[in-house]
Amino acid sequence: MKNKKLLLGDEAIAVGAVNSGITGVYAYPGTPSTEITEYIQTLPLAREKGIQCRWCTNEKTAMEAALGVSYVGQRALVCMKHVGMNVAADAFVNSAMSGVNGGLIVVTADDPSMHSSQNEQDSRFYGKFAFIPVLEPSNQQEAYDMISYGYTLSEENDIPVLMRVTTRMAHSRAIVEINAEPQPRKPISFPKNPYSWILLPANSRKKYPLLLENYKHLEEIAVASEWNRYIDGKDKSVGIIACGIAYNYLCENIDSSFAHPVLKISQYPLPASLVRKMASECDRILVMEEGQPFVEETVKGVLPATCKITGRLTGDLPRVGELTPDSVRKALGLAPHDTFAVSDNVVARPPALCQGCGHRDMYAALNKALEEYPDHKVFSDIGCYTLGALPPFKAINSTIDMGASITMARGAADGGLYPSVAVIGDSTFTHSGITGLLDAANVNADIVVVISDNLTTGMTGGQDSAGTNKLEAICKAVGVAPDHVRVVIPLAKNMEEIEKVIKEEIAYHGTSVIIPRRECIQTAKRHSKEKQSK
Amino acid sequence: MTKDIILAGVGGQGILSIATVIGEAALKEGLHIKQAEVHGMSQRGGDVQSNLRISSEEIASDLIPLGCADLIISLEPMEALRYLPYLSNSGWIVTSTTPFINIPNYPDQEKILAELRSLNNVIMIDVEAIAREAGNARGSNIVLLGACSHLLGIAPVKFEEGIRRIFARKGDDIVEMNIKAFRAGEQAAK
Repeated sequence: MKNKKLLLGDEAIAVGAVNSGITGVYAYPGTPSTEITEYIQTLPLAREKGIQCRWCTNEKTAMEAALGVSYVGQRALVCMKHVGMNVAADAFVNSAMSGVNGGLIVVTADDPSMHSSQNEQDSRFYGKFAFIPVLEPSNQQEAYDMISYGYTLSEENDIPVLMRVTTRMAHSRAIVEINAEPQPRKPISFPKNPYSWILLPANSRKKYPLLLENYKHLEEIAVASEWNRYIDGKDKSVGIIACGIAYNYLCENIDSSFAHPVLKISQYPLPASLVRKMASECDRILVMEEGQPFVEETVKGVLPATCKITGRLTGDLPRVGELTPDSVRKALGLAPHDTFAVSDNVVARPPALCQGCGHRDMYAALNKALEEYPDHKVFSDIGCYTLGALPPFKAINSTIDMGASITMARGAADGGLYPSVAVIGDSTFTHSGITGLLDAANVNADIVVVISDNLTTGMTGGQDSAGTNKLEAICKAVGVAPDHVRVVIPLAKNMEEIEKVIKEEIAYHGTSVIIPRRECIQTAKRHSKEKQSK
Repeated sequence: MTKDIILAGVGGQGILSIATVIGEAALKEGLHIKQAEVHGMSQRGGDVQSNLRISSEEIASDLIPLGCADLIISLEPMEALRYLPYLSNSGWIVTSTTPFINIPNYPDQEKILAELRSLNNVIMIDVEAIAREAGNARGSNIVLLGACSHLLGIAPVKFEEGIRRIFARKGDDIVEMNIKAFRAGEQAAK
């Protein structure tokens, strides 16, 4: 069955996984990884095969559920954005210790240039840290092909596989040839060595040297891998190492007259012997990689070398931000293309909360209620409502990670801050806020927690939110006094009432929760359209 | 044949549906395609763009280099100018003239239009008015596609076929409305 399709990198991964016979995809939405799971949710073949594809509460629950699938001998896919790796890290790092039974692939979508993220962390470090092999496709076809390869690699080497993509791979479309018959789901089978899944110190001490040995073997595989290619060239004044999509930017700028050796890297552990070969032949090496200087730093080390290593650390390529065909062109010493000047008539157009969004009404009321408390601070979280930092609201003082609103408000209250307010969305609350609220309730911390409930995961495009219809019950169950779990409807006409509720809960010296609840206007529009078309 | 196209607009305006029609037609023609999109935070009313590259040759980069775009298609006049450094010396701009003002410091509209007019290869049309006249107020993006269809290196009739395929599941009325919008755009650019 050969079939050409125009697919996003994310969608190519989705099709690859479905065709590899996965039992389920486990994920929490996060740009630029969201479309992998969303695409599987729309695929008729996935429905037909009963592939589990409902959103998980967070990346850690996703990673662990997938590990359970692997335990019973079946294949699973886990997807997340780069910062999701921090949440899944406990499970991810220890999954290398347990090993796998069924094939397990973790896809992480990194976001250099921070198009929609709070940092530029490079997930390849996680692979090395955990002794897990990493695949980094350079184009959408490779992304598709590598999924099937990755499951085999995982199963043959008793190890999960990390696939790292970046924004321009995840969110770029290209024609992908789908060239395999979909495989059936594997039957249930159990691990040959059941002790390897019980990470008691005595078992782990036996496993760890084996894991390190396995990593050496994985490096040998990477040296011979079809995804890593050494393309020789006559001009040894400089050799190029191009990782992942950096290879595309290199190809964009060169033609058949290019005579320098090139090492294309798409599989890790770093194939060190190929790098040594280049270093022994070339005067200089230029490392092109998307994200942090992971390869460059490794190759360079700290001791003087006979071969000069250049890249992001030496300023030949920018230290921060994603690569572009233009930055790579400059690093190659080629003259820039002629361009028009930047227009003087263009100003920045930052994103903003949608007109009619409930978060707007929530912030309007909150700002009003807090006017009489000039010393107040508002600890916010990750989601659309982070845009409350911008004018006209300028309503929040912090945004760190998923869940850090409630916990930081509690800590600040411990230090004597009053009023100490947290603002968190419904989806972020169930992702990482519940445990923090339990901590707060256990000491009856003097904080007001606003759970701005729009009944969806809004920023990533309106995916289901795990806690819908359960928020009041959750808050009460973790110990917030029932009288201090209040629900309001964030509409302009209710402004006075909302303000009054906020003031009452500020006056209450204990943990309180206010839930302004109104559906996201984007999903509301979609739902009314769907209704009309029925 | 190679066409490097930057699609520009404001989050929510629908630039990606233009890309979908062009991409679909290019796929049918057996051309290579790469199309980088922007998802996530900027879709909330921020500036958005898509790099669309179609070619008879294999395409390496997902991003268009500076000074290399053959065409900027924009649903908003200031957004057309934002990508000027990407336009090649012989490239074209096809833009809507209606500003989308959702920021307090939107520049003087006359200056924006004057700068656009000062360029050699520019097609400026009031796509919203034309879409309304064509009885398809929400079809501004298809009008804009019609207006640039002669610059895309693919016979315009292929886009009409694409529109028929893409909108088929929405019914004949929607298909015809979009064909009408497409032709109105084609006409306006002449």
